[in-house]
Amino acid sequence: MINYILRRVVTSVVLMIIISVVTFGVFFMVPKLAGTNPAELYVGKSATPADVAATARKLGLDQPVYVQYGRFVKGIVAGRDFNSGPSKTHCPAPCFGYSFRNDRPVFPLLLDRLPVTISLAIGASIIWLIGGVLAGVISALRRGSILDRSMMILALAGVSLPIYFTGLLAQLIFVHNLHWLPGGEYVNFRDNPIGWASKLLLGWITLALLYAATYARLTRATMLETVSEDYIRTARAKGLRERVVIGKHAMRSVLTPIVTIFGLDIGQLLGGAILTESVFGLPGIGRLSIDAVNTKDLPVVLGVTLFGALFIVVANFVVDLLYAVIDPRVRLA
Amino acid sequence: MTLGPVTSSTDVATPAGEETPTIADGKKIEGRSLGRIAWMRLKRDKLAMAGGGFIIFLILVAILAPLINKVLGHPVNEYHQDKIDPNLGGIPPVGTWGGISKDFLLGVQPVTGRDLFSQIIYGAQTSLLIALLATLLAVVIGIVVGVTAGYYGGWVDSLFSRFMDLILAFPLILFAIALISVLPPTKGFRIAVMVLIIGGFSWPYIGRIVRGQALSLREREFVEAARSVGAGSFRIIFRELLPNLAAPILVYSTLIIPSNILFEAALSFLGVGVPPPTPSWGRLLSDAVDYYEYDPMYMLIPGLAIFVTVLAFNLFGDGLRDALDPKSNR
Repeated sequence: MINYILRRVVTSVVLMIIISVVTFGVFFMVPKLAGTNPAELYVGKSATPADVAATARKLGLDQPVYVQYGRFVKGIVAGRDFNSGPSKTHCPAPCFGYSFRNDRPVFPLLLDRLPVTISLAIGASIIWLIGGVLAGVISALRRGSILDRSMMILALAGVSLPIYFTGLLAQLIFVHNLHWLPGGEYVNFRDNPIGWASKLLLGWITLALLYAATYARLTRATMLETVSEDYIRTARAKGLRERVVIGKHAMRSVLTPIVTIFGLDIGQLLGGAILTESVFGLPGIGRLSIDAVNTKDLPVVLGVTLFGALFIVVANFVVDLLYAVIDPRVRLA
Repeated sequence: MTLGPVTSSTDVATPAGEETPTIADGKKIEGRSLGRIAWMRLKRDKLAMAGGGFIIFLILVAILAPLINKVLGHPVNEYHQDKIDPNLGGIPPVGTWGGISKDFLLGVQPVTGRDLFSQIIYGAQTSLLIALLATLLAVVIGIVVGVTAGYYGGWVDSLFSRFMDLILAFPLILFAIALISVLPPTKGFRIAVMVLIIGGFSWPYIGRIVRGQALSLREREFVEAARSVGAGSFRIIFRELLPNLAAPILVYSTLIIPSNILFEAALSFLGVGVPPPTPSWGRLLSDAVDYYEYDPMYMLIPGLAIFVTVLAFNLFGDGLRDALDPKSNR
């Protein structure tokens, strides 16, 4: 088991290094190939060539990519300074870059936004996991019934609905027409729990609908496959109650693919539920990223992307561990 | 997932002079090809056929957009400010339904009064163009990588499989908007970049399926037979493997089109899609964010356009899978 965990840790670290190298490379190579100097993106359009050169020197953009990458990694571990003669800017570890537009290091900016994204992702995932898996199981057990068919058509419609449409629609109906929920700004859980929940509620539901549809389809398909297997027949032949056969024996198989996509999905979401946050005006990590893109705040964009990748890699790692718990065969492999 | 090995035409040809077998009432037993059986199954699936019909309709609309627009619409960027209600701050259109009239079939945009109908049909062009090109790219890369990994196996397989895992582990939308934002926003260039990004991130879905199938097919007797008569890798891949992969490739290509359409719309919604004034459904929706309280139709119409299109592709793809795969769970 320890061997298994260690191997997974190594894989995750390697994966993270590759992703960071690729992301970093793309960010610094692509603008060059397209003929834009990254330093120009930092200083604005009206800057003189001398300003551009000074900025490039301060940020180390005049160095080769591998030197820049080395400094970036060192920054994460030990912090770094941005130097240009008299003005010196310190960025403490873990330094994911320094946002000169906000005049703040990127990492605290990310930490500020993280609770919003976590609130959104956790709330939505609880709804979609329970709803989606339950709907899938019921559908599979009542295969071919009207309930099954209508549930699956609903699920297909669900995966076809973009969140930027359902989100707007939900806001139009429940906030502006019916006034059931407040509009306005996001509030912290600690300041006003009810305000927090009512601001997030529509986001939770619309996001959950989208995912629940996928989970219901997957659960149904896996469940149908599983119940036709020999070991289920054996379990039934032993005279186990149907509830035990489905709930204990079949569910174990059904959960494996669910855990896989759940890990990927939650990892992606924690890295910024960009669309949902944009639609509902939630100041999370995704919102930070899209704002940074609009203001051309490159260090923030890079920081958020790497941070997002980190979440996915960590989520995958957790999934691998959960596998070993759910499916004992994995431990031995 | 496959239809089983495709046999060459000589295998099934009736020897000359032999009577086609008949059953008692004299009716000929019809030999049905696998494709034909699949087609008959598909035809029975009304939802899938409706989806397919809508897809054909939409493709025609996209191709004939300039012609249709001449008859039923107005030039895309022509302002019609007489259609905007000056009493309501010059924002919402005149009339209750977003300015829908026999002159403006889907109403007009708030503030500018541009014809929404023409925006929608030209938006279909943008959406389908990008999604289909991206899918084509994904299919080509997916087949090449998948077949190579599956056929050669060993370290080639591990390498390509890890690579596919890596791509699936990228924070997709974040990466896409970040990348697009550092590139110049000219129209043709942006379309190319979007196709590259959408296709470049969706090919592993095809690649994984193809790899899995190729891995099991290469162990089958007909491949072994081909190898034993001296067929080279090239011939085995193109004449033996690929024909058998056609069905899953077709199904999964159909199923990634809708997600590619959603991806394109999402990028446009976030403001990193095709630059204005080229119409795009996603951008219409993001414009509608500012006005939906006064003019809900302006949000509903592009939203429904995306929804119905994606649903049509999903229904058709699902039906196609069921038709081509008798084992599917239905």
